[in-house]
Amino acid sequence: MIRELSGTDVLYLVMAMRWTVFLTLLALGGGSVVGLVIAACGASKNPALRYLARGYVGFVQGIPLLVWLFIFYFGLSILGYSLPPWIAAALGFSVYAGAFLGEIWRGALISIPRTQWEAGTAIGLTYLEQLRHVIIPQAVRVAIPPTVGFTVQLIKNTSLAAVIGFVELTREGQLTTAATFQPFAVYLIVAALYFCMCYPLTRYSRALERTRRVAR
Amino acid sequence: MAYTFQFRDVFAQRDAIVDGLVLTLELSAGVIALGFAIGVMVAAVLVYGKPWARRIAAGYVEVIRNTPLLVQLFLIFFGLPSLGLKLDVITASVLALTINLGAYTAEIVRAGFESIPKSQIEAGISLGLTGPQVFRHVVLLPALRNVYPSLTSQFVLMMLATSVVSQISAAELFHAGSIIQSRTFRDFEVYTVIAVLYLGLSLLLRMGFSVCYRLFFRR
Repeated sequence: MIRELSGTDVLYLVMAMRWTVFLTLLALGGGSVVGLVIAACGASKNPALRYLARGYVGFVQGIPLLVWLFIFYFGLSILGYSLPPWIAAALGFSVYAGAFLGEIWRGALISIPRTQWEAGTAIGLTYLEQLRHVIIPQAVRVAIPPTVGFTVQLIKNTSLAAVIGFVELTREGQLTTAATFQPFAVYLIVAALYFCMCYPLTRYSRALERTRRVAR
Repeated sequence: MAYTFQFRDVFAQRDAIVDGLVLTLELSAGVIALGFAIGVMVAAVLVYGKPWARRIAAGYVEVIRNTPLLVQLFLIFFGLPSLGLKLDVITASVLALTINLGAYTAEIVRAGFESIPKSQIEAGISLGLTGPQVFRHVVLLPALRNVYPSLTSQFVLMMLATSVVSQISAAELFHAGSIIQSRTFRDFEVYTVIAVLYLGLSLLLRMGFSVCYRLFFRR
């Protein structure tokens, strides 16, 4: 039955934003674990590990996110697990985000001059102490602006989870459209809600980038 | 794992896959060409335009870059008909992807334009080059060379993003996968084949772009 687009529908759309945020946080969490490993391998002295990291990044970034989501969605059922869409989505997004975050963080790690490592050695720090007290604090400053920028990409890309039936903002928009048949108004609201989430982060990332450049 | 992979059913449907592959290539080529042209124009407005034009261009870039492609596509394909503008699947796909890529390209090329020192332009003018000549030889080509890696990565990402138009039933590669999946129920095999094809396409595209770099920018 077709009904009018009401305030309640808008409220439901706003509420659906929490699932978009939830999925983004899951993706960031899972992606950080994968990304740290990839960044550590990519910045290591061992060429085999570096090739492995580069291979992973090229492999993941060469396949559309939509395909990754479907592979996890259907792949898990082949292994005999019947998992809800959000787990398939979380796994697919972790693999995907891991490649991008790994590449960003690798860049941050190798941007720290060798002399910083050598200075650490000179004052008698162990490898882990150098990493903990000298390298990572500086690398984090380099890595934060692009990481925030990538978070914006992630928020937008979680819309693709709608396709495997995860009810987040875009899927809620599809459901609302089916009930009210006012696609233009509904998708305009959906777009505006995404904009409200993404634009502040975009601004923040840009401001961080600027202060960092001034500080140097 | 008690599962037997059966790719035979999938390969029996290779005509659908080839058709999808062709449409993906056509869409990518068209959208990259159009999006690049729009991006360069918008970037020129962003850097050299009048203040009011700059504000409009910046608004376009920000709105597109901060909303999902899928929602932009739905707005154009499902939303515009209620305003009396009904587009067929391919037109809507090309329109949505082009508008999207234009904004990303504009942001990248803008950075390229800003990397050209003002003194270069002044040197060009003092050598007696005309405005368009300065733009072409002193600004555009060096700027594109400076941003070439990010620009071409964006193009590869756009080729992969054409998979999104499967959601409005454009019969490209990913959509071909969905069709075969519903005919054969070999989900995992189908999407493995599709993944390998996309991977091959992106490798080819990257190789093509590095050949282009040598052709255009070799000094």
